[in-house]
Amino acid sequence: MNTQSNAINESSLQPQGSARTVSVAQVMYWSIRREIWENRAIYIAPLATAALFLLGFAVNLLQMRSHLGTSSLATAQQHDLLGAAQKHQLFQARYELSAALIMGTAFIVGVFYSLDALYGERRDRSILFWKSLPVSDLVTVLSKLAIPIAILPLLSFAITLVTQFAMLVLSSAILLGSGVNIASLWTDASFFQVSLVLLYHFMTVHGLYYAPIYGWLLMVSAWAPRAPFIWAFLPPFVICGLEKVAFNTSYFLALLRDRLGGGGGAMAESEQSKEFMGTLIPHHFFTTAGLWIGLAVAAAFLAVAVRLRRYRGPI
Amino acid sequence: MPCIEARGLRKAFGTTIALDGINLRVEEGRILGMIGPNGAGKTTALNAILGLTPFQGELRVLGRDPWAERDQLMRDVCFIADVAVLPRWMRVSQTLDYVAGVHPRFDRAKAEGLLAKTTIKHASKIRQLSKGMVAQLHLALVMAIDARLLVLDEPTLGLDILFRKQFYDSLLNDYFDRSRTIVVTTHQVEELQHILTDLMFIDRGRVVLSCSMEELESRFVEVTVNPDKVAAARALKPIYERQVFGRSVLLFDRGVNPSIDRKQIAAIGEVRTPSIADLFVAVVGNQYAAQGAAQ
Repeated sequence: MNTQSNAINESSLQPQGSARTVSVAQVMYWSIRREIWENRAIYIAPLATAALFLLGFAVNLLQMRSHLGTSSLATAQQHDLLGAAQKHQLFQARYELSAALIMGTAFIVGVFYSLDALYGERRDRSILFWKSLPVSDLVTVLSKLAIPIAILPLLSFAITLVTQFAMLVLSSAILLGSGVNIASLWTDASFFQVSLVLLYHFMTVHGLYYAPIYGWLLMVSAWAPRAPFIWAFLPPFVICGLEKVAFNTSYFLALLRDRLGGGGGAMAESEQSKEFMGTLIPHHFFTTAGLWIGLAVAAAFLAVAVRLRRYRGPI
Repeated sequence: MPCIEARGLRKAFGTTIALDGINLRVEEGRILGMIGPNGAGKTTALNAILGLTPFQGELRVLGRDPWAERDQLMRDVCFIADVAVLPRWMRVSQTLDYVAGVHPRFDRAKAEGLLAKTTIKHASKIRQLSKGMVAQLHLALVMAIDARLLVLDEPTLGLDILFRKQFYDSLLNDYFDRSRTIVVTTHQVEELQHILTDLMFIDRGRVVLSCSMEELESRFVEVTVNPDKVAAARALKPIYERQVFGRSVLLFDRGVNPSIDRKQIAAIGEVRTPSIADLFVAVVGNQYAAQGAAQ
């Protein structure tokens, strides 16, 4: 509110100057674009993973085709060549694998991105340029958080979707006329349901459940005088060790595992519900204490990161 | 309302005192040169003015507390802190897009116009530009922002003389008008002499000298003394004496000895206004010499 009134006073005092109004949303938008310009791995890495996966998949299909071609069976029997279980193994499992690979890539990119986000600008002194512009530390840190928790999940979701569609097209084209029932490939894929579950997974697990992980990494990256990688990974390791030695327990390790696993229980629930659209709405996930505690921890880490950036100059 | 006003500005890093009670008042429309040896506290003072570092004492920039109201302040203040802080990965066109996107007072057409006068290409990455071109780009970005205060910390460090001259010419001709204020620190003082309206010497966190350029001209006199008049000249209590080609050059401060007038001085040798560099050596260098003698 204060800001608002100041701005008005100021513009009336202003002798010259035709200031446009730039909304916070606009500043956020440009800040996120800036991050993507700088870190092209954000889209290149998942795309490369998808391309490589498709290549491998195509090779596999060609092999399968030549295998089918050599086995001379009656046409009538041919559509049974690939039984339901086999087909599932062949395709469903591979759809999941493609999603998992792209997700994994995005996670790794997100981790390294976050570690460098507030450290790199201090190392290359460009922080002095960013700070010379009217972009607050809060918006800067939030724009950097948006990359791993929103941009990367959405992007990898889109890439996964396209990849899976390409897999369908590829398998249809390559296996056409080999005796496999192409139509059933399409009906079995149940594209819509699977993609919904996928989107749900990307947004909840990668967007929300991993938030404290990214918050921690951003905080370390804002603080570390050098080697943010070591500062980020050594303390959890040491805590696990100390706990084991002192109390002979490993609660901290279990906590980390649960966090990385996407909150075990809640997710297992949604895995099962994959088949049933009706039970897809995962109230379990949003009522787990782990989620909310994690978000609170993430908010605390980010608040520290914002404060640190204010005090930090180039190193 | 003065553009910058500081009273008793202090800043310490641990036991090192960077600013030891600075008083400062810069009116709107002035060009202030802050000159000081390395580690004198210039950059710390600028950082306090820009809200980059917390401080003790009283400081208002355009009527605001720079540390508490930094985000609002940055709409009216621009700075080039040090050379080469533009991100090396960025393309020239991206810097234009980004600044246009986030800065309410950025005039993109003006920036493009300024860039058109240089050889900088829009598609180039900053890492591909020479040091001089990066400075040109940064200056073009900053000059296209309709700010009320521009702070330059060693903006021409490492640039050759052509770029340095061009930098200040461009700043004066295409940017400066009487409603803007510029604060600049540099070691290359000679080139600034004709640009500044005010001068400030800082040493070990204190203001050693602060005056306008008009005051400087009326207050300080440098005389190349005729050999036979040296004794008479020394009797007038010069603040500094040096030898040039075997002749004594004496510097007088009428603030120290108000009885001196130009006519009287003219009788003992060639009179002129000292350069900032010579004055700096006399005022700041002298202190070190005096301190050395005392120890």
